[in-house]
Amino acid sequence: MMSTATRDIIDLLAGIEPGSSLDGIRARRLQARENAQKSYLALFAPVDFGDVAAIERYAVAAFVAGIHDEPAATGFYLAKLAKIADRSELVEILKGEIERAKTEGPYGAFPAGPLAVEDKAGLIYRVAPDGRRVLCERLAAALEHAHLLVFRPRDAAPNAMRALLAAGWSSTAIVTLSQLVAFLSFQVRTVAGLRTLGASLGRHADAAAKAGQGAN
Amino acid sequence: MSDAIVVQDSTNQPVAFTQDELGWLPWLEPLVEAELTERHWAGLVDRSRAKSDYFRLLARDPEILEARTKTDKDIFYNTADGLPRAERELAAAATSRYNGCIYCASVHARFATVHSKRRDDVQRLLDEGVGADLGERWNAVVSASVALASTPIAFGERHIEELRRVGLDDAEIVDVINSAAFFNWANRLMLSLGEPTTLVGK
Repeated sequence: MMSTATRDIIDLLAGIEPGSSLDGIRARRLQARENAQKSYLALFAPVDFGDVAAIERYAVAAFVAGIHDEPAATGFYLAKLAKIADRSELVEILKGEIERAKTEGPYGAFPAGPLAVEDKAGLIYRVAPDGRRVLCERLAAALEHAHLLVFRPRDAAPNAMRALLAAGWSSTAIVTLSQLVAFLSFQVRTVAGLRTLGASLGRHADAAAKAGQGAN
Repeated sequence: MSDAIVVQDSTNQPVAFTQDELGWLPWLEPLVEAELTERHWAGLVDRSRAKSDYFRLLARDPEILEARTKTDKDIFYNTADGLPRAERELAAAATSRYNGCIYCASVHARFATVHSKRRDDVQRLLDEGVGADLGERWNAVVSASVALASTPIAFGERHIEELRRVGLDDAEIVDVINSAAFFNWANRLMLSLGEPTTLVGK
């Protein structure tokens, strides 16, 4: 069976070992595997950070992983953030905001019409005043937008773009921020799915080994 | 001027899920085709994508666009082994239906119909939602996709057992995970950077 030489970020977060059955299956979608990794690098080690600083990228990533309640990814991005954070209180404030922001999604409103019966109300998250002071307006606006995209993407509207522009995000920076939140939404789900499958394969293999011993 | 909202006329905004072809209108200014550099063209991957407002808007960050596009293509178009294309498209359509992306759902519901020839079942997914009874194999794919799209993620061992029970092997289950996970990326871009519009005359 094919396998891949080096572990990528998804392997790391999902606990996939080189040479394992799941590693072999991932190798059959090599372009997807390589480009999920290139996506991660394009967002966190870009050729050009443009007008989205590394600290903003890691803070948003840790927040998105955190509000998904995915401990491995949250720990990974919080550790990256802690390494480059210029203010020690930033990480603590962010952890507090993650707890305040957790809820269950997706929810939100559809355009007026027949789908309105499926409208579902839920938390409209705003950063707490203390958090706002530490994070500053620009990062606070990014976290509020990230929460909108994660939990109630169908509520997205031009006003959300206006709020980001008003907080100092350029059009290009908004594209990067949107990709960041959307990519993380993909990454944590790929990791969760593969980790669950991997655990189930482990039990299958154990059962098969036991059955094999029984036959001896 | 480029850092301002593009105000769109929402008169023709679709109000229901459909398999009809829709348009998409950006809320931020896409790059101008004549001003694209080699870096932007690389990000677009296919030169024909320069005709799309959506891709010229995403081309503002070309490296992540390029990697996103190549991830997308392999997950959906690499049909060597693994899950039939129709069921990858079903996972994409179900995810989009659940998250509420009318535009994404229209595209991938059409693809699911083309590859499965089960137009009525696909339409029931759109009309009734992700609880529609589409037969046990499709139900298992839809249910796994919905659990994966939920926040916190609700995908668990029982979804894997159900996919196995209806005949999927491990590689096919990975295709379900990849297809559904990817649309949690795509839905959030399409929903938040612009809006769908009904194509007049269609």
